[in-house]
Amino acid sequence: MLLNQPHPLETRVLTRRFEYPQKNPIWVDEFVAKQGYEGFRKALGMSPDEIIEEVKKSSLRGRGGAGFPTGLKWSFVDRKSSKPKYVVVNGDEGEPGTCKDRVLIEHDPHRLIEGCLICARAIGAERGWVYIRGEYRFHIDILDKAIAEAYERGYLGENILGSGMTFHLSTHTGAGSYECGEESALLESLEGKRGNPRLKPPFPATVGAFQCPTTVNNVETFCAVPDILLNGGDWYHALGTPKNGGTRMVCLSGHINNPGVYEVPLGFNMKRLIEEIGGGVWKGRKLKAVIPGGSSSPILTADEVDIPADYDSLAKAGSMLGSGATMVCDETTDMVKLLARVMKFYAHESCGWCIPCREGTAWLAKILARMDEGAGMTRDIDMIDQLATSMFGRTFCALGDAAAMPTMSIVRKFRNEFEAKIGSTEVFVPAPGTQPLVVL
Amino acid sequence: MIGNYPTGRQKGALIPMLLYAQDEIGQITEELIDEVSKRLSVNRVEIEEVLGYYTMLHREKRGKHHVQICTNVSCMLRGGEELWEHACGKLGIGNKQTTADGSVSLEEVECIGACSWAPAILVNYDFHFNVTPESLDALIEGLRTKQ
Amino acid sequence: MAELVTLTIDGKQITAEKGTLVIEAAKKIGIEIPAFCYYEGYSLQAACRMCLVEVEKMPKLQPGCTLPAAEGMVVMTDSPKVVEARKSTLEFLLTNHPLDCPVCDKGGECELQDMVFRYGAGESRFTEIKHHANEKQWSPMVYYDPARCILCYRCIRVCDEGLGVGALGLTHRGVHAEITPSNGDHLECDECGMCIDICPVGALTSGSYRYKSRPWEMNHVGTICAHCSNGCKTTLSIRNGEIMRANNRDQSGINGEFLCAKGRFGYDFVHSEERLQTPLVRKDGELVEASWSEALALVAKKFGDVKAKGGKFGVVGSARTTNEEAYYLQKFARQGLGTANIDHRRSGDVASLLNALAGKRDALATVADLYTTKAALVIGSDLSQQHPLLAFQLRANYRHHGSSTYTVTRGPVREDSYAARSIRFEAGDEIGALDQLREDLSKHASVVILFGDSVKGGDVAKLVAFGDSLGVGVKYVCLMDYSNSRGAWDMGLTHEYGPGYEAAEQRGLSLPEMLAAKDLDVFWAVGANPLADAELGSNDAFVVVQELFLTETARRADVVLPAASAYEKNGTVTNTCGEVQRLKAGAKVMGVKTDLEIMGLLAKEMGLDLGIWTPEKVFEEIRRTVRGYNVQLPIIVTGGAAPTQPVSGQLAVLPDVSLVRSAEDTLFTSGSLGRYSKMLNAAMEAPGKLYKE
Ligand SMILES: Cc1cc2nc3c(=O)[nH]c(=O)nc-3n(C[C@H](O)[C@H](O)[C@H](O)COP(=O)(O)O)c2cc1C
Ligand code: SF4
Ligand code: FES
Repeated sequence: MLLNQPHPLETRVLTRRFEYPQKNPIWVDEFVAKQGYEGFRKALGMSPDEIIEEVKKSSLRGRGGAGFPTGLKWSFVDRKSSKPKYVVVNGDEGEPGTCKDRVLIEHDPHRLIEGCLICARAIGAERGWVYIRGEYRFHIDILDKAIAEAYERGYLGENILGSGMTFHLSTHTGAGSYECGEESALLESLEGKRGNPRLKPPFPATVGAFQCPTTVNNVETFCAVPDILLNGGDWYHALGTPKNGGTRMVCLSGHINNPGVYEVPLGFNMKRLIEEIGGGVWKGRKLKAVIPGGSSSPILTADEVDIPADYDSLAKAGSMLGSGATMVCDETTDMVKLLARVMKFYAHESCGWCIPCREGTAWLAKILARMDEGAGMTRDIDMIDQLATSMFGRTFCALGDAAAMPTMSIVRKFRNEFEAKIGSTEVFVPAPGTQPLVVL
Repeated sequence: MIGNYPTGRQKGALIPMLLYAQDEIGQITEELIDEVSKRLSVNRVEIEEVLGYYTMLHREKRGKHHVQICTNVSCMLRGGEELWEHACGKLGIGNKQTTADGSVSLEEVECIGACSWAPAILVNYDFHFNVTPESLDALIEGLRTKQ
Repeated sequence: MAELVTLTIDGKQITAEKGTLVIEAAKKIGIEIPAFCYYEGYSLQAACRMCLVEVEKMPKLQPGCTLPAAEGMVVMTDSPKVVEARKSTLEFLLTNHPLDCPVCDKGGECELQDMVFRYGAGESRFTEIKHHANEKQWSPMVYYDPARCILCYRCIRVCDEGLGVGALGLTHRGVHAEITPSNGDHLECDECGMCIDICPVGALTSGSYRYKSRPWEMNHVGTICAHCSNGCKTTLSIRNGEIMRANNRDQSGINGEFLCAKGRFGYDFVHSEERLQTPLVRKDGELVEASWSEALALVAKKFGDVKAKGGKFGVVGSARTTNEEAYYLQKFARQGLGTANIDHRRSGDVASLLNALAGKRDALATVADLYTTKAALVIGSDLSQQHPLLAFQLRANYRHHGSSTYTVTRGPVREDSYAARSIRFEAGDEIGALDQLREDLSKHASVVILFGDSVKGGDVAKLVAFGDSLGVGVKYVCLMDYSNSRGAWDMGLTHEYGPGYEAAEQRGLSLPEMLAAKDLDVFWAVGANPLADAELGSNDAFVVVQELFLTETARRADVVLPAASAYEKNGTVTNTCGEVQRLKAGAKVMGVKTDLEIMGLLAKEMGLDLGIWTPEKVFEEIRRTVRGYNVQLPIIVTGGAAPTQPVSGQLAVLPDVSLVRSAEDTLFTSGSLGRYSKMLNAAMEAPGKLYKE
């Protein structure tokens, strides 16, 4: 069981039932004893519009990466459609640097079920799936057990708690694909297909899983909902900053003394987060840079991190809050190597559907690997920037942007490191018969 | 499992069915493809599309213990790449290769969602966190004797 | 009526239906937005990103292929931003492209080449090692080179959406992504080759054409397929008289973009080493080579002698020769030889249909009607197997207009997969089965009824009565086998009818009667192989055969005259829907003559006056004299299809319907002709079980 020692600066809402050290997930009895399913009971007494209104008031924004207002998203679901409506939980957690959804599922699985139930009530859904990445088999097993408990206790199934409401929930495993975290690719995967993203519009709210109106939200987003219903949207909103309600899970990783998953209010200063909660940069070294929202987010240099960490402030700083990852790089970090690794990832994960993403990521990965090996050319540096710029905003789905954004920021902010990697020869000619540097 | 999907949409079970069956028999075989294609009434080509796409589905046999080492950013920052090199050296095999005795196979994988406990590795479905070359040695020894 | 919106593209205002795709709206005012993955009529992909355009008030470039036109929208298709984006997309595309244009089949007619020529950068900055994957052979017809593939997914869509076969998919991901065939490493499909045609680059190549020629070394001749009765236009690419390939190059025929395996690959019988190229004459029991003059003189003398002594002729025409040849043959027989014994192998009862349609105009459906009718009823035919174009049209109609198809067949057929209703019947009871559909069918504003050989004679009349009872506009297609099955009837190649279904002055022997007759003096088969499955009853008959190959009938001949195939002659043919189209000679085979020329020379040798025997002159006579054939010449001359008016009115005699029987060819068989196509045979032998039994 993964759990780091709680930190006094944390604000524990989603993690409020967690105890340290914890041996077992919080099963249904303990959950119910600690106000579990009370948010849902409250929702049962409200109309769908009232529930959505409450969520809107909380100014909860999607924790999957894009930060879209959750209440608004739910309100888009075509409730009048004669088709069934579906709830889909995005537990693909593929964004490098992110490891929070697993903590939530691992410790308090019923919270997620409760969040789904409230959403189902709000959008009139009768079925839901929790899409969990294939590597998280352990977590799928935990959630399956919790779901079985919920069926047993009448929280799932037909005529839930005598309210007449029907809702079925099951887990669905992924099988190794980052792109399946993109919501429309996830829906394709749920339908048994390749994780190629779908053309939008139509958005899932009108044509989603199995062609029916669907809402797709991140695990953490759903987990925030029970307490919003329990204590009110205003209460939740007040925890964070304007338009950025509540708390968020942050995954501290990299060159830091106390890596771990913590829960802090939105707008919690990023520098303090690293220094106070994270215990500062490891080995007594200086901070060089922070990747604030998973590998897709533009990098921030050490002197750019003294800002509140919420969606709007990070956007203003030219980056994004993303999925709650905060990756810390100390002064020794080789930025060319780092970017080469990031690009290797995107080249590996591009679904191949569209030209700029498929060819661009592969090309960049090759150039960067070559530079990292010391065979860079002067012209490569500008070219890296140009190629990323050519991808940005022109790909079919946001994976292309996710690859382009860190590239542009790293090559611009750490140009000197790229220059230092220029090889002795300006023309790079691979020796005949040699293997390509990157076998993609 | 099929019951988890709307009627007529049983194809939804395709990926879980392939993965869970693969866990049982060790790899995706031709018979398995035929069987799944029958059970879910999907064409062979629809299965082919999926098999090539998902990295966890594989047709080749892997070691009894499939060691997956993450070298993505968070792990890399804390020694993931060194771990990878170490493992290759120790086992004498490279990416997606299996030891001669079939006990251990290696794969360099992308982020496995264990970034705050990096470097991390997966052995089949078991996570190991904050791995060092020494603890990796011990782990591999353990696996080999466990057979 | 759909709402109209006004938008501006490159400064030009245009009014379009709301929701029209910008790429289509631009096309209407002559602005081309380049695209690879967009293909009219197929599902939208937005994958290639070639069509990105700039739209006022939208920060990002938008794909023109999926962007719906909206009121007041201002679109720029050649702003600096757009031009730059296209350049970079092409640069990306070429990074892993092998650039083997000099040896690529597609060189010179490749959309990628053209696109780079027009929009690309002259320089690539890519200096890394290319990703490569080896070429694969998927079937005798189809090869796939993943390195050349640009992943536009056209092939997948045409196979799935267009044909309903779904034999292609996409596998792997990123730069490794490639197209995968239905069966792991090989294709099990219709082998129609539509994927090859639609591929914008040289990724999919044809087993019969690959590495054979450069497009610019060939002449391209649009003619009509020699095989089934649907009458697809196929473009023969000819080098030095030899057909190098057949494809759907100009897409101007009634078949639009469609062509099946026979039209595309089945041309190879033309250059088969088994083609007859010299006349053969039987000497001492053996067929030996002879000169044309010797052979013709022999035949003329024999014909003259038998005619003089009032002997018995039996003349068999073909469902594949041109209208002109069929017309000339019956004229030769009736006027020249004075015999009424003339027939051909009939595969559909069109005479009863024309009879039953008395008084109705425009009651015969054209191929185009199948794409626009609200509903279609298919009776007793495996349409996808036997009438691939008609099946394609119905499917396209369903896909694009949501039309309804009903099937009444003995076994399962592919149309069932999207049919509104499918009914199975016991043999002989198809008309009885129809009552179940009356209510469904009468809901639609228009219905086309297609019927196979099991509906004939009185059943056709009942079918038309059923059609009348629906109270909606009903049109009919009488399904037949070969490229001129309909023309053979129309031109009078039956013992009951002269040209235009005028009752024959004298009713002669039917084909089975000729075969059975013990006292036949001359048996003359023109492009027919009746002895493939029958014996000639008369041992003493002098047998003259005009043929491409030494068929069973030719082997029994006393004189064999090597004939030209449909691909080597001019003339007209009439398809199963009654549309007349023009054949244009493309290939040249040494030593052969067209059947028309052979007959003309024979007539001359015999001193008969049957008129000038050029196709043009004979067609003129047909237009003048054959009921229903007074078609508009410009349509024919420009390569169009002219529907023939049904013969309206009571037929004086009823056809002998016991003779109607379809050969039930499949996608890979084509009567005697198909046996000489290596490609079609290879398709039959290729692994896989679909449609091979
Ligand atoms: C390439 C890509 C990968 C993504 N991966 C994830 C993921 O692993 N988990 C997740 O919750 N959202 C992921 N997203 C975001 C989802 O598309 C979607 O915005 C999210 O599930 C919506 O939920 P939310 O509103 O609760 O954030 C990804 C997006 C992209 C473009
Ligand atoms: S094979 Fe041709 S048509 Fe098919 S996807 Fe590739 S390039 Fe497009
Ligand atoms: S993200 Fe899949 S191809 Fe662009």
